[in-house]
Amino acid sequence: MNKLLDRLPFRIELEPRLVQPPRWYPWVLSLLSVVVALLIGAIVLALAGGNPWASYAHIARASFGDIGVFSDTLVKAIPLMLVGLACTLAFRMKLWNIGAEGQFFIGAFGASAVVLLPVLPEDAPRWLFIITMIVFGMAAGAIWGFIPGFLKARFQVNEIISTLMLNYIAISWNNYFIFAIWSDGGFQMSKVFPRNAWMPRLTDYVDTIPMFRGLTTHFGLILALVAAVVVWLILYRSQWGYEIRLVGDNPRAAQYAGISITRNTVLVMMLSGALAGLAGMSEISGVVHRLQGAISPGYGFTGIIVAWLAKLNPIAVVPVSILFGALILAGREIQPSGIPKLLQGIILVSLIASDFLMRYRIRVHRKDLLKEAK
Amino acid sequence: MDPIIILQAGVSTGTVLLFATLGEIFAERAGVLNLGVEGMMLIGAMSAYSIAVYTGNPWLGLLVAMIVAGLFSQIHAFISITLQADQVVSGLSLGFLATGVSLVLGEGLSKAGTIPLIPTYTVPLLSQIPIIGPIFFTDQKVLVYLGYLLVPLCYYFINHTRPGLHLRSVGEYPAAADSLGINVYRLRYLYVFVGGLFAGLAGGTISLAISPGWFSELTTSGQGWIAIGLVIFAQWNPIRAAFGSYIFGALRRLVLDIQGPTMIFGLANPFYYNPYWGFFLQMLPYAFTIIVLVIGSREAIRKRLGSPSALGVPYIRGERGL
Amino acid sequence: MDQPTPSSPAEIVVQMCGIVKHFPGVLANDHVDFELRKGEIHALLGENGAGKSTLMNILAGLYHPDGGSILVNGKPVSFSSPRQAIQAGIGMIHQHFMLVPSQTVAENILLGLDEPRFFMQLSKYEQEIAKLSERFGLKVDPRAHVWQLSVGEQQRVEILKMLYRGANILIMDEPTAVLAPTEVDELFNTLRAMVAQGKSIIFISHKLHEVSQIADRVSVLRRGVSTASGVETRSMTKTDLARLMVGREVIFSLEKNPCQPGKVVLQLEDLWAENDKGLKALRGLSLQVRQGEIVGLAGVAGNGQRELADVITGLRKAEKGRVLVDGDDITNRSVKTGIHHGVSHIPEDRTHVGSAPNLSVTDNVIMKKYKHAPIARGWMMNAIAATNYASELKQAYEIIAPNLETPVRLLSGGNLQRVILAREISSQPALMIAMQPTRGLDVGAIEGVHRLLLAQRDAGAAVLLISEELEELIDLSDRVVVIYEGAIMGEVANGNIQHIGLMMTGVRQDQLADHMEAAHE
Repeated sequence: MNKLLDRLPFRIELEPRLVQPPRWYPWVLSLLSVVVALLIGAIVLALAGGNPWASYAHIARASFGDIGVFSDTLVKAIPLMLVGLACTLAFRMKLWNIGAEGQFFIGAFGASAVVLLPVLPEDAPRWLFIITMIVFGMAAGAIWGFIPGFLKARFQVNEIISTLMLNYIAISWNNYFIFAIWSDGGFQMSKVFPRNAWMPRLTDYVDTIPMFRGLTTHFGLILALVAAVVVWLILYRSQWGYEIRLVGDNPRAAQYAGISITRNTVLVMMLSGALAGLAGMSEISGVVHRLQGAISPGYGFTGIIVAWLAKLNPIAVVPVSILFGALILAGREIQPSGIPKLLQGIILVSLIASDFLMRYRIRVHRKDLLKEAK
Repeated sequence: MDPIIILQAGVSTGTVLLFATLGEIFAERAGVLNLGVEGMMLIGAMSAYSIAVYTGNPWLGLLVAMIVAGLFSQIHAFISITLQADQVVSGLSLGFLATGVSLVLGEGLSKAGTIPLIPTYTVPLLSQIPIIGPIFFTDQKVLVYLGYLLVPLCYYFINHTRPGLHLRSVGEYPAAADSLGINVYRLRYLYVFVGGLFAGLAGGTISLAISPGWFSELTTSGQGWIAIGLVIFAQWNPIRAAFGSYIFGALRRLVLDIQGPTMIFGLANPFYYNPYWGFFLQMLPYAFTIIVLVIGSREAIRKRLGSPSALGVPYIRGERGL
Repeated sequence: MDQPTPSSPAEIVVQMCGIVKHFPGVLANDHVDFELRKGEIHALLGENGAGKSTLMNILAGLYHPDGGSILVNGKPVSFSSPRQAIQAGIGMIHQHFMLVPSQTVAENILLGLDEPRFFMQLSKYEQEIAKLSERFGLKVDPRAHVWQLSVGEQQRVEILKMLYRGANILIMDEPTAVLAPTEVDELFNTLRAMVAQGKSIIFISHKLHEVSQIADRVSVLRRGVSTASGVETRSMTKTDLARLMVGREVIFSLEKNPCQPGKVVLQLEDLWAENDKGLKALRGLSLQVRQGEIVGLAGVAGNGQRELADVITGLRKAEKGRVLVDGDDITNRSVKTGIHHGVSHIPEDRTHVGSAPNLSVTDNVIMKKYKHAPIARGWMMNAIAATNYASELKQAYEIIAPNLETPVRLLSGGNLQRVILAREISSQPALMIAMQPTRGLDVGAIEGVHRLLLAQRDAGAAVLLISEELEELIDLSDRVVVIYEGAIMGEVANGNIQHIGLMMTGVRQDQLADHMEAAHE
């Protein structure tokens, strides 16, 4: 290998960056790494016997082709945005909350409880239903986030494992209610919620604006956009956000500055769980309109990739989520079924690999010049 | 609900966890946290099963499973060791990738029909010992016996051999190892590879021996993650890892078996009469993992034991500069 | 290439010619020549950052030079790893010990060797190691775990490690930095014994008096350039050496206003605390620091200095005793309480404790101000106020950074220390705990830090200066107290280095007279 390198007419050297790269650089790098990932994905697809270009063209058409499918893409993007924000917040403090999936399920459970327990009568007004479901969904997610946060703060239990284990527990928990308590006529799902518990969709306003016919984009989009702004404000403009960033970068420095790590661990995990719970609520109230088992094609895990691709920037989470929403939407029809997951994996791998170029620069020296110098 | 049968099955299913845990112990002892265990197990299970389908030889399947998972682990090694990326994110991404690849390549594998499996074996004499015999040495898969062998071997290797000493120093204080001419990068790559081999073996053990078949992501159902938890509980010690793995195996079996009988301890079995309560039983292994972590962490704090000091920290020579 | 001339009085074992080494942004070695004779102690003198360690890391095979040639025992060599350097008989003892704390002495010594091949039959090797340690007077138990050893013992293990490998050329990187004066004497005896047995030693240092004391010859580096190569130490005065090292006349004494101590600011009463391993680190320590004085705390590293700083600032729990600041009991209260009482803290570890490396200069300087107006505004932060504040400090403390958004990990050591000092001093502290404030800085930066600390004192702050550099302590402090095993041994006002040295090894002040007599007899 070394001999091979010696034969090249130039020498490649890596050196650590001593000055900050320009502002556009990280984004261009991310974009490039996604392109590289898609190329690698194309090779893999071709090797697996598929036609990569047809697949990609299909993904593009099936997700951005017209306003109808774009609306569906947005519907898939809403939970991703919220879950991506949940991960962004936690990852900023280097809390590896990979339990957003479980918090999503429990959030859906909490929101469903408003209808199914019931907390509110069926004829309660829509605004009351939606606010109550938001509160219950977020509270349930927050509880699910509190458990690993508390365990980490109090017993130093590794949050990666505990959040992951809570994912499995959350799914079993929901299943119990879906199968045993709230089963609708023996089916593995609850009854359909009353209309009052549905979040408004564009198509609901078709009478006033005919263009909205069939568009399923729902109020959750507003929630997600507001959440993105709120998380941005917290991280970059609030004292709490400063504490989060400080703890995330160097917990010892944070301690030294008098910041309580245990308190922040619990709080951040709770807010992170609440955001993922809100995603579950929005999916239940905006799309599924009932509690059932299959409500997530792995939103919680895709949220991790979304957060990372957005470089833990809450605003960037929005467009990145739309991209991944497209992948999930179009991926449903692609065979074999594992392909969207595979592409997500490749994108994440190439993204993380590209981070190296944030810290190092590659220099190419021509060899003969060096010889002259000698 | 025979306790002997549950323990026997526990040893059997625990062997999967044991392999995965041992592999992760090697990687972590060298200072590399690999969260891709679940994905590597899945790809191991898939490769083992498909090779067994195509060749009819389960042993070849196991071998290929180990190699494939080992090669996959090198993606994580490259990103976290050479490119110095955060090991948590890198390991997660490996997990995603390996899961995706297994699902794509494993498409249709579940309908492959019957295949030859890893045989079982009863050890003469040893199986006659009361209690121990039936639990450990009767009708167990050959791989279970491999597990018995590996535990003391790994323990001895890590603690009492020269390569073991090098392994430990690379995970504790890589700069010291480097200053004495030990190639830190090479050893870390190597032990991440070893971790991959073991994870592949664990995956193959599932699909060809313990619960044969290919059920996409349900094949591993979170056992890779439990293994990572067990490493912490085991305090990076293979013997404690064996202990934990077998208990977990028994617990998984207990969860299944407890729903069978109508009576339990002379009382009506609530799980028999309320089959949906089974969902709470399904939570047990995962809840127990968390409990085990709490116990492990408390003990570690009390005894001031810790993870390998350099775990999770990329090694960069001459980081201190001039 | 230069060949050793037959007429040369002593055999030349190492010859480095025209060594060049670049690091990104720095030319660490610029055509440096260096030569080592058999059986000599050769000092390599230079400031921090002058390129001494780089040059020696090249010789030890850790770095690869960009240019130049190396001859060892007359043969050209090009090491690609430390292992090859060790095989050529060159062993380096690094400033930060390269020992694995969780392993035993024997395991550390055997690490990386080809023998034992596979099984570690330790008992056999433990005997060999014991024999070797006897031969060179390096007493240490081969079965002890490294974390149990004192710093001096660990250094002995490092030396043994190299001797066990048959090293004939030993490179010692600042070996005295961590030792008490008596331990330094012991080390020097060992070094002389080794030279007498035919070993050659390169002694890296920035301390002039040590160089004059121990070295036969000296080479000096300044900013990567060799300013003296292989000069007889006897022919040089301390001033000559200093000029070669710094490039200008160095003022050895600081100008200090007379000390005007006021009321007691810090009062420590019978403090007890544990270290991270759960061992007693502070054992009934009592101390007072007044307004307008600098109290220097002398002691060998690991005698409870870090724990003391932690307990005062609230980072560590005291088991017993009281910490009073301005008469208020803040024992075991939060770090915030301390900050409110005007306690500021320059931590020993700039990168791991004192700063957040990936956050901007602004974020780093507001670390203790972000909850106060004008930076705080309700639960929000006023970004403009923060930036203004940071740019003020950047100017006032001459922090060199491209802009305020630069992550501080990209700053040099001296600049990073200025960021920390700016933050700590600008809070106008009543009490300042400064731990190793000049470690790793070059002379210019050190002078700057000293001036800032004195200005604090003159402004009426109480300063507790914790340092392992005795000269710095004596120059800067109005009183020096000595800590040993977590208790104060006594106080020296006149800078009597001999007294300080004795107390650093555990002699109490009231026993000093007996010891001095014993030493004379």
